[in-house]
Amino acid sequence: MTELLEPRAMGQGLVRRDGVAKVRGTATYAFETPAERPAHCALVQATVARGRVTAIDTAAAEALDGVLAVVTVFTAERLASVEDAELAALQTAEVAFRGQVVGLVLAETSETAREAADLVEVTYDEQPHDSELRADRDDLYTPEKVNPGFETDTAEGDVAAAMATAHATVDHTYSTATYHNNPLEPHATTALWDPAGDGFLTLWDSTQGVHPSRATVCQVLGLPQDHVQVVAPHVGGGFGSKGTPHVNVVLAAMAARVLPGRAVKLALTRQQMFSLAGYRTPTIQHVQVAADAEGRLSAIAIDVVEQTSKVKEFAEQTGVPTRMMYASPNRRTTHRLAALDLPVNSWMRAPGECPGMFGPEVALDELAHDLGIDPVELRIRNEPEVDPETGKPWSSRHLVECLREGAERFGWTGRDPRPGVRREGGWLVGTGVASSVYPTMRMADSTALIRFEAGRYAVEIGAADIGTGTWTTLPQIAADALDVPVDDVEVRIGDTRYPIASVAGGSSGLNTWGSAVVEAARAFRGEYGTDPADGDEMETGVDQAAQDEDHAAYAFGAQFVEARVDADTGEIRVPRHLGVFAAGRIVNPRTARSQFVGAMTMGLSMALHENSLLDPRSGHVVNHDLAEYHISVNADVGDLQAHWLDEHDPWVNAMGTKGIGEIGITGAAAAVANAVWHATGVRVRDLPITLDALLPSLP
Amino acid sequence: MKPFDYARPGDVAEAVRVATLPGAVFLGGGTNLVDHLKLGVARPDLVVDVRTLTSREVTDTEDGGLRAGAAVTNSELAADRRVRERYPVLAQALLAGATGQLRNTATTGGNPLQRTRCVYFQDVTTPCNKREPGTGCSAIGGTTRNHAVLGASQACIATHPSDMAVALAALDACVQVLGPTGERTVPFTELHRLPGDDPSRDTVLEQGELITAMGLPPLPAARTSAYRKVRDRASYAFALVSVAAVLDVRDGVVQDVRIALGGVAHKPWRATRAEQALRGGPATPDAFAAAAAEELADARPQPGIDGGNGFKVPLVTRTLVATLRDLTAAQEG
Ligand SMILES: Cc1cc2nc3c(=O)[nH]c(=O)nc-3n(C[C@H](O)[C@H](O)[C@H](O)COP(=O)(O)OP(=O)(O)OC[C@H]3O[C@@H](n4cnc5c(N)ncnc54)[C@H](O)[C@@H]3O)c2cc1C
Repeated sequence: MTELLEPRAMGQGLVRRDGVAKVRGTATYAFETPAERPAHCALVQATVARGRVTAIDTAAAEALDGVLAVVTVFTAERLASVEDAELAALQTAEVAFRGQVVGLVLAETSETAREAADLVEVTYDEQPHDSELRADRDDLYTPEKVNPGFETDTAEGDVAAAMATAHATVDHTYSTATYHNNPLEPHATTALWDPAGDGFLTLWDSTQGVHPSRATVCQVLGLPQDHVQVVAPHVGGGFGSKGTPHVNVVLAAMAARVLPGRAVKLALTRQQMFSLAGYRTPTIQHVQVAADAEGRLSAIAIDVVEQTSKVKEFAEQTGVPTRMMYASPNRRTTHRLAALDLPVNSWMRAPGECPGMFGPEVALDELAHDLGIDPVELRIRNEPEVDPETGKPWSSRHLVECLREGAERFGWTGRDPRPGVRREGGWLVGTGVASSVYPTMRMADSTALIRFEAGRYAVEIGAADIGTGTWTTLPQIAADALDVPVDDVEVRIGDTRYPIASVAGGSSGLNTWGSAVVEAARAFRGEYGTDPADGDEMETGVDQAAQDEDHAAYAFGAQFVEARVDADTGEIRVPRHLGVFAAGRIVNPRTARSQFVGAMTMGLSMALHENSLLDPRSGHVVNHDLAEYHISVNADVGDLQAHWLDEHDPWVNAMGTKGIGEIGITGAAAAVANAVWHATGVRVRDLPITLDALLPSLP
Repeated sequence: MKPFDYARPGDVAEAVRVATLPGAVFLGGGTNLVDHLKLGVARPDLVVDVRTLTSREVTDTEDGGLRAGAAVTNSELAADRRVRERYPVLAQALLAGATGQLRNTATTGGNPLQRTRCVYFQDVTTPCNKREPGTGCSAIGGTTRNHAVLGASQACIATHPSDMAVALAALDACVQVLGPTGERTVPFTELHRLPGDDPSRDTVLEQGELITAMGLPPLPAARTSAYRKVRDRASYAFALVSVAAVLDVRDGVVQDVRIALGGVAHKPWRATRAEQALRGGPATPDAFAAAAAEELADARPQPGIDGGNGFKVPLVTRTLVATLRDLTAAQEG
């Protein structure tokens, strides 16, 4: 148990410290980094999905006025490490997926660079490719682990036997689509090598973590850590796609090395973000649930089929939430992968929990209906006393309270359970519920420095603000840890000049950096007392030994949705969407609300709109821009509310925070699907839910 | 992006003269053309900016109609009181399109000439007969959810994306054109072509022909008209299908009806068969459904890796029935 900080600044809805600069456009993003006479880089991408580059004719490109250099798979420098095949930029003539980078152009302007990239002529020896995910493939394989290190399969008891003898069962296959993270700010880098050629590299990069990014870049380029500086004061979103550097960062560094002393700018186009910056695998989820007449589960199982790129394995942990969510004596979770000739998939907001809380949460809704039990009540009846997977007690678990409070706020009580019977004007109306969950994580590596400077406290840590609010929330934690007003704290983040910080990922950022800041503050006070001298400083890391290992730590939530379906056309609208979360201490309600409602909207988007359409003939996503890849827009979002319980968890960290960036997306799509069923009587098990699935059953 | 020359001629005559050469294109609001320049879909040698040359006014015509200059923006046309009163279907169609920012820029001349949103047309790395004649149609057998069910060919199954154009087709608008050989007027329903074996040509306009204005004929019945656009997302999405309808009903009998369909064909689809079936008949849901069936008798849905577009046939029927039902109710109470 840690000593919880007393919240004074924490809990206040302070406005964003970087807000004014952002609104005025003066906050500098990676691509905008001021540079003298920057050169611009454009990429040449493979137009076949598999094969080998046999020749590249760069003459026309090089002849273009303003072109500074053309680099290809045949001419590129050899990288120090090609262990991570995704990052082995321009190291091989083999093409492993359509859109793979086979060359780059440097030019005086971005227009010239792009035109020259178009003029580069690439000849291929094209090979047949394989890009189709199907559950009935005979070459599905069992990965050793699923992201980031979970068991691939788990089994307890005998699911088949329980299914055979249960009072009620649900046995269906659900699927989620391919999703692309699509942060507003594209992946962009300004790269500069020291002109002296002594191997110092600066990367102004749009990244979720300057230190993790530097570590990777150093490994790929074979540089010592102190030769590389990564700077990222402001990041326009990442949703996981900037959690690890993708090939664009390596390419920017390679391009800049061609012109030492001159900054090189490389921003991916929106289309390129669909092949070079990660995405979420589609999932096929076979879900089985068995229960007695009272709705108590006797079995729950999820068998997941999903894909990975042949370039690099990424096994999304889709089955993991089923391991701990509800009580059940019999349980099975499995993951099988198809390795395809496709770009590398990776983290996207709540990897695992996001897709994994779709199938099972819809299955529970089906079970509730079959049993005539309210779906809120059904979930409450299956509340496990301890973590079913580990047997550990919960650090805190308030799912039931979230369900109850959500039901109360939403007006759930008295809901008519029958589907397809409510009509208001031209609308069929229904409501649905689903649970949310996200594990509470803390990373091992973070250090904060606190220095007393001219009467104020400077806090330095290489943390990231990817729009989440770190610039504002970290000072709140520091202020409480130092017991000073928040205005007396200045925080410096987003630069490897500052002490090491972990990635803004897994909703662990504030948990980790905040813990480091609290440690540093406590050590600072221990050393210098409350009246330090100017220049007194203290640098301390998170105390991993003090990390509680005896409890299962998760944030929980419940989401309620009202769906309306146009009785003429089947168009689906969601006028009400309400979430209640138990996610530990909320450091700043203003920035927290924006995380919750942002993630809930992303879940709505996943339910109704997002769908990367892979054309298996070409092996690429054909709707690769924001006009065709639809995300929910303002008009799709009605009365959207996020609430939270005042939860105090002494086990997670000194702030009592659980992390809030991802939980809102989990369960949201299931709640929408359940509401659409309640409105229409049509059970759609494949995302996205679009009107064509409803049309045949409309009145 | 391929470099091009940019010209801003002094008047429309000069604009037409310089645009006679192949490789020249007109620039309206640029909301479609500029995207295509960046994507490499359009590779002109010369861009002739006509935004300030054509009229930006909506004027009454002697016969009681309206005339909208080609430079009138979509926002301005939608907000014009005369349009809203006399041709609500047009105002509604305009407002159902794109977003406020785009409508503030998009023009009356440019909107009907925007090109298909077929993803393969917009992706220069895939074959497309419309973009590069003779290379084949990638949409056939690909993703077809947004593609045509009427009037498509083996060469192209693209749809025309404009909402405004669907309303103009229903209203029997006419297009005023200035070309190298002088002025001509093209009935709006004849402006766009079916793909046939040359989908590279969207319209009957010849190289160098400039749209100077759009004429709206007097049509009292159009005061009861409506545009219904169906889409997955509530805004900022092209129509899956749409219906523009003008309906004049008295005592339960259809006196006059004009219908055009969007999202179903290479052109805004004037539903003449349905109109014929309805004229003089009862204004009932059954009659509306029968008329829709008549119009869709030749519909050929496309299979597709995304599930195809077979849903468009029932969707058009349902949307048409609903639109006519609501227009009937508006008149007959
Ligand atoms: C994200 C997005 C969403 C959109 N959503 C919708 C929607 O929902 N519904 C909808 O209807 N539209 C939608 N649009 C399209 C928009 O309406 C068109 O881009 C716009 O109307 C085109 O008008 P413009 O003046 O900008 O044309 P431009 O881009 O300037 O030109 C389009 C074409 O017309 C030619 N041209 C322009 N003016 C003339 C003239 N006077 N004479 C002859 N040729 C001319 C050009 O050479 C070019 O070929 C959307 C666009 C975007 C980018």
